[in-house]
Amino acid sequence: MSAPERDPLTGQLTTGHEWDGIKELRTPIPNWWIVTFVVTWVFAIGYLVLFPSFATTRDFAPGVLGWSSSGQLKKAINAAGDAQAAWRTQLQETPLDKIEADDQLRRFAVAGGLAAFNENCAACHGVGAGGQIGQFPALVDDDWLWGGTIADIYQTIQHGVRDANPDSRQSEMPAFADILSAEEIAATTEFVLSLAQDSQRQTRSDLPGAAIFAENCASCHGDQGQGNPELGAPKLNDAIWLYGGSKDAIAQQIAAPRMGEMPSWGQRLDDVTVRMLAVYVHTLGGGER
Amino acid sequence: MSAVTAEPRDIEQIPGYNEQIVRWFTLATVVWAIFGFAAGLFIALQLAFPSLNFGEYASFGRLRPLHVSGVVFAFAGNALIATSLYVVQRTCQTGLWGGRQLAILLFFGYQAFLVIAFTGYPMGITQSKEYAEPEWYADILLLVVWVVYLCIFTGTLIRRREPHIYVANWFYLAFIITVTVLHIINNLSMPVSWAGTKSYSQFGGVQDALIQWWYGHNMIGFFLTAGFIGIMYYFVPKQAGRPIYSYRLSIVHFWALIFLYIWAGPHHLHYSALPDWAQTLGVAFSIMLWIPSWGGMINGIMTLSGAWGKLRTDPILRFLVVAVAFYGMATFEGPLMSIKSVNALSHYTDWTVGHVHSGALGWVAFMIFGAVYYLVPRLWRTQLWSIRLVEWHFWIATIAIVLYITSMWVAGIAQGLMWRAYDQFGFLQYSFADSVAMLHPYYLVRALGGALYLLGGLLMAFNVLMTILRSQNQTRAGALLPATQH
Repeated sequence: MSAPERDPLTGQLTTGHEWDGIKELRTPIPNWWIVTFVVTWVFAIGYLVLFPSFATTRDFAPGVLGWSSSGQLKKAINAAGDAQAAWRTQLQETPLDKIEADDQLRRFAVAGGLAAFNENCAACHGVGAGGQIGQFPALVDDDWLWGGTIADIYQTIQHGVRDANPDSRQSEMPAFADILSAEEIAATTEFVLSLAQDSQRQTRSDLPGAAIFAENCASCHGDQGQGNPELGAPKLNDAIWLYGGSKDAIAQQIAAPRMGEMPSWGQRLDDVTVRMLAVYVHTLGGGER
Repeated sequence: MSAVTAEPRDIEQIPGYNEQIVRWFTLATVVWAIFGFAAGLFIALQLAFPSLNFGEYASFGRLRPLHVSGVVFAFAGNALIATSLYVVQRTCQTGLWGGRQLAILLFFGYQAFLVIAFTGYPMGITQSKEYAEPEWYADILLLVVWVVYLCIFTGTLIRRREPHIYVANWFYLAFIITVTVLHIINNLSMPVSWAGTKSYSQFGGVQDALIQWWYGHNMIGFFLTAGFIGIMYYFVPKQAGRPIYSYRLSIVHFWALIFLYIWAGPHHLHYSALPDWAQTLGVAFSIMLWIPSWGGMINGIMTLSGAWGKLRTDPILRFLVVAVAFYGMATFEGPLMSIKSVNALSHYTDWTVGHVHSGALGWVAFMIFGAVYYLVPRLWRTQLWSIRLVEWHFWIATIAIVLYITSMWVAGIAQGLMWRAYDQFGFLQYSFADSVAMLHPYYLVRALGGALYLLGGLLMAFNVLMTILRSQNQTRAGALLPATQH
């Protein structure tokens, strides 16, 4: 331990200690540091007084502001609800097919439908509703499995598809592997492929699969493969194939069909939200009148 | 006297000092730096390009802890042990307690813990707790190793040949003791079987969350702050060749920091199931923590009083001082982000990631770079191979930090604003996926920052390697010299 000495550059005394050549100055603590430290304590104590704090094992002080995080949430939700109340009432009371005629109401419904779609539907149908091949149908085209009027769409969203709910859309295509031979399935596949080919309109009835199709498939899918939205039977005479349009994929679908399911959203969302979703999906491009 | 090259007094072999172990830990620091930075760059690229998630074992979720543990436990941990063992011997004027064998046990024990923990992460072996991912068997090994470290450090302090304990050692000791307590309590768990890796925490639900973030926040507070203030208190005055600015400030800010840090953890759980009163407590202590943190910054930066000119010529001192400046910035930003209304915007966004990295890249890593450049020439008794390369490392790393933190600030604030944006009717304007798509360009800039930071690390590793090779050549030449003269 050496005696305190004066540092020539700052004029401060050292403490007189030295460790491995390091000395320390006796510079006083800067005043602004102390003052700011006190200010933060005042701020902190003020914060404790304003907000919930000072807990015991049984209770805590609610704070002068009476603030709570759950209260803040409730308030925000109520305020948002109040701001939309008039629109929501109007949406609830207007018949589905009249909503789009009211320009303001349509815009409200589309905005709400978009937000609800992104939150609930986009996970399967995609942001922008383009669908996913082999999984979930696109909603931006005019090919509708269960009908494309606003009432059809509302019904589908409200009660779901192949859901346990009794009002749900229901249909089941049999697995034709149990009914037809492999050769018959191959022949039917050739016929189904010809349905979308305009050039084969005259000749396709000569195909060996024509009779099998008429006997087994036409009752649901229609004799020209035009589909039947009442039964959720897809159109076969267009280029849209949810589970793939190759020969193999179609043969596979005939032999052991895959069928999608959608939950009954009416059990999860309020009716106004389902209506908004129906309007949103209906206005995406393919809505039927 | 030049602050850049080692002074003869530092280079002198001091009998009884164990420098071998400091050399090993310093080398481990450099090697793990490259590992940790590279892992960080890769996962940053995975976020920008999700197709880089190669299957189960190389997916983001499995690799992220490799980066975090790689930089926290491996890079920063080895640096803390290297510098603390160097500093405690020199400022106590005595060799390490426990002798050579115990120090070697500490080295291999710590590296074994790292390897055992890290090999588990890609296989999905994790406790799913931030900074506490290693499972029970690795935790027990770390506890044993850590107690050995505590014994070596405390034993050396006790048998010091100086009347007083230097301030750097207060901070090192606070860091070692607190980490022991944090590690034990947060890892209290019951293994499913003694032959299996899985264990269940002693705590459940929000209590588990609170204990985890009491641990997590104080790993920042003691591992990455108190320990690094210890590094600052030795290497800044040594490299600057100046006395510490204020002894009184060092006492006051030490006790204020140690007392206040331990309570601030709940600010990680704002707007969660944690009771409101506990969240308020977290805010209050975080605000009070701001000025004690700045006490350390003032004492580090003001130590340069009368020696500011050295910053122009000495890139090693610049690393150390810029580190302290980043410390000041991060410790102002932290209390700000802990206030509930600010946190409502920042939480769960990349702003938090930017905040952490301004501390990690700016404060922690720059302090280590400065210390490594100081230590290597002294430990290997030569001069640094290239000061120019240190200059390059400094500027590349500084630009890297600017790219990293500005992109994450912008990205984070944009995320926060998009999540709370409503349209004219009061509906959410953006879906979550919209905000993810928005991030892509910022993730690219961040990855570029990470790549530059890794490049800087490689320059350091090369410089260290060349310095050691030069030292060995000199030794060989020195050994040969008498023979040729003969």
